[in-house]
Amino acid sequence: MHAETLEPHGPKPKRHFSRTNIMLYGTLLLISIYYLMPLWVMVMTSLKGMPEVRLGHIFAPPIEVTFEPWVKAWSQACTGINCDGLSRGFWNSVQILIPSAVLSIMVASVNGYALANWKFKGSEVFFTILMLGAFIPYQIMIYPIVILLRELGLYGGLSGLVLVHTIFGMPILTLLFRNYFAGIPEELFKAARVDGAGFWRIYFRVLLPMSLPIFVVAIILQTTGIWNDFLFGVIYTKPDLYPMTVQLNNIVNSVQGVKEYNVNMAATLLTGAVPLLIYLVSGKLFVRGIAAGAVKG
Amino acid sequence: MDKQNIPYSVQIKALGLKFGEHKVLEDLNLDIHQGEFLVLLGSSGCGKSTLLNCIAGLLEISEGQLWIQGKNVTWLEPSERGIGMVFQSYALYPQMTVRGNLSFGLKNAKVPPAEIKKRIERAAEILQIQALLERKPAALSGGQRQRVAIGRALVRDVDVFLFDEPLSNLDAKLRTDLRVEIKRLHQQLQNTMIYVTHDQIEAMTLADRIAIMRGGKIMQLAAPAEIYNRPKNLYVADFIGSPSMNFIEGELQNGVFHSPAFTLNLQDYAFITSPSSGQKVVLGLRPEHILSGTQAATASQQITARIDLVEPMGSDTLVYAQVQGQKLRVRMDGQAQVTAGEMLSLGLQPERASVFDRSSEQRL
Ligand SMILES: Nc1ncnc2c1ncn2[C@@H]1O[C@H](COP(=O)(O)OP(=O)(O)O)[C@@H](O)[C@H]1O
Ligand SMILES: [Mg+2]
Repeated sequence: MHAETLEPHGPKPKRHFSRTNIMLYGTLLLISIYYLMPLWVMVMTSLKGMPEVRLGHIFAPPIEVTFEPWVKAWSQACTGINCDGLSRGFWNSVQILIPSAVLSIMVASVNGYALANWKFKGSEVFFTILMLGAFIPYQIMIYPIVILLRELGLYGGLSGLVLVHTIFGMPILTLLFRNYFAGIPEELFKAARVDGAGFWRIYFRVLLPMSLPIFVVAIILQTTGIWNDFLFGVIYTKPDLYPMTVQLNNIVNSVQGVKEYNVNMAATLLTGAVPLLIYLVSGKLFVRGIAAGAVKG
Repeated sequence: MDKQNIPYSVQIKALGLKFGEHKVLEDLNLDIHQGEFLVLLGSSGCGKSTLLNCIAGLLEISEGQLWIQGKNVTWLEPSERGIGMVFQSYALYPQMTVRGNLSFGLKNAKVPPAEIKKRIERAAEILQIQALLERKPAALSGGQRQRVAIGRALVRDVDVFLFDEPLSNLDAKLRTDLRVEIKRLHQQLQNTMIYVTHDQIEAMTLADRIAIMRGGKIMQLAAPAEIYNRPKNLYVADFIGSPSMNFIEGELQNGVFHSPAFTLNLQDYAFITSPSSGQKVVLGLRPEHILSGTQAATASQQITARIDLVEPMGSDTLVYAQVQGQKLRVRMDGQAQVTAGEMLSLGLQPERASVFDRSSEQRL
């Protein structure tokens, strides 16, 4: 039974440390280290007290772990005129993010659905114009929008910023949804029409239940995009209502006093936590959605 | 059945359809009787699905009128036309159970729940899908899915069933089974059914009448036997029958067909229009209408051919033969013992032949 047979039989034996494997995993390991190194430095620094930071051993773990910098970043750090930390910015960002993301995704998904399934005269032209919108550098629209918001009485408030985010998210999100819905077999849509379902019933009862992956993609795109936005936040709101990113900048770039690197690191990690969390929670669905929606024309 | 006295179920009057500038259907007229099984047959891209979608109201027509059950439905929504439709890809709602799929249309029409339940039970019984009602489509086989799709039309109690190549996604065995089931369903329900296919076997077995389409036009509309025996033109003759009809070019002189290979006296052939002498024609002979073996002698005229190739197929044997350079396909009995190179005596039956004018390609 155990005699060595020269004839190949059964499953082919796997070589665990073949040359290709060593190359592959070696490369992956190197890249991981390259990307994890800054994160390591940030986390370690944020857990040290200032005396220890001044020693300059940036890669060394803290001798004495302290959460003081995190507490300070969250609730005491000075951001311009206020000294109540990032917490104010966090809640501002939440108040900006949720309505902007919900509104833009809702409108864009209906847009994409109408463009994919209810082709009307000029729908192709409409779509082309919308796509052109995606390629216009938004810097050139900053001042016109200031005027627009002023006329609407929304300048300086959160609702004005929500409106801006919603409009700027429209082209790419509409494209995303249109492509996804165009990939759904047309016969399904026809069957629903024969069954007497109208525009909204088809959208809510037939298409929405089968579109979870693309909604996850849209949520990730919008959450990271809106949360990380700095420019619109600083332009269209006033200091009390600044989003977290603007506050972070104010903390890190403040010119008074000593540079508290540990607090800065903690503040940066706190600000980046939301997009990071979204990625981790929805990673698998994200990949599936990208594969399903973004490839098909 | 005398069709003359049966009222029309679907009437298509001078229908035209354009995609932009591209005319797919033009001035198309078709009257379908109550309870008739009409098959639209044609090769891919000839406009069958387009016509069916026009009838269903899924495509807005450019010209003409559509009448269903004596009502002008030209501007009505699909759900208001009294039609049910079954698609090639089944088109079941993936996130709903079978019951959900069946009840969706009824809920949209605000049918009371008790009535919905009753109708689903009836449809499930007819289609033998009672055990599947709580499953999602993903957990069904292709044949089961298509049965559910038929059920979706069945529960709505429609006057007209529309099928768009419903069996094309199934494997050969299932296709045959479901074909028989559809025929049985038609016998049981006696609804009008319009069925699109590119498969001539499906068309021949299912249809009361077949409409053969080409380039958006109906080439012939007739019962299967008529289409098979008396094709109206060369296209239909070539399209129907497998292996297809032999075509021999020649000339008519005093009721006798002359070709370089052989001559054939056509005095038993029923001409529709009396041909002129010297008219250039194409003679069509079906492979199964060329007699061989002991039967060859019973035919009115005989020729001798040399066998090039033999394809035994079990139930019958297909022989590729030659007469003076003219190639002929002959269908012989499955038990026939023939080999390539042999000479074969064949019997021709002018009464079962088809003769077409060579330039107009119409039957003579
Ligand atoms: N939405 C459309 N836009 C433009 N042309 C179309 C469209 N749908 C079908 N056609 C064209 O109409 C013709 C008939 O198509 P169809 O009815 O689908 O054929 P089939 O007989 O195979 O079902 C084809 O030439 C096809 O290219
Ligand atoms: Mg088709």
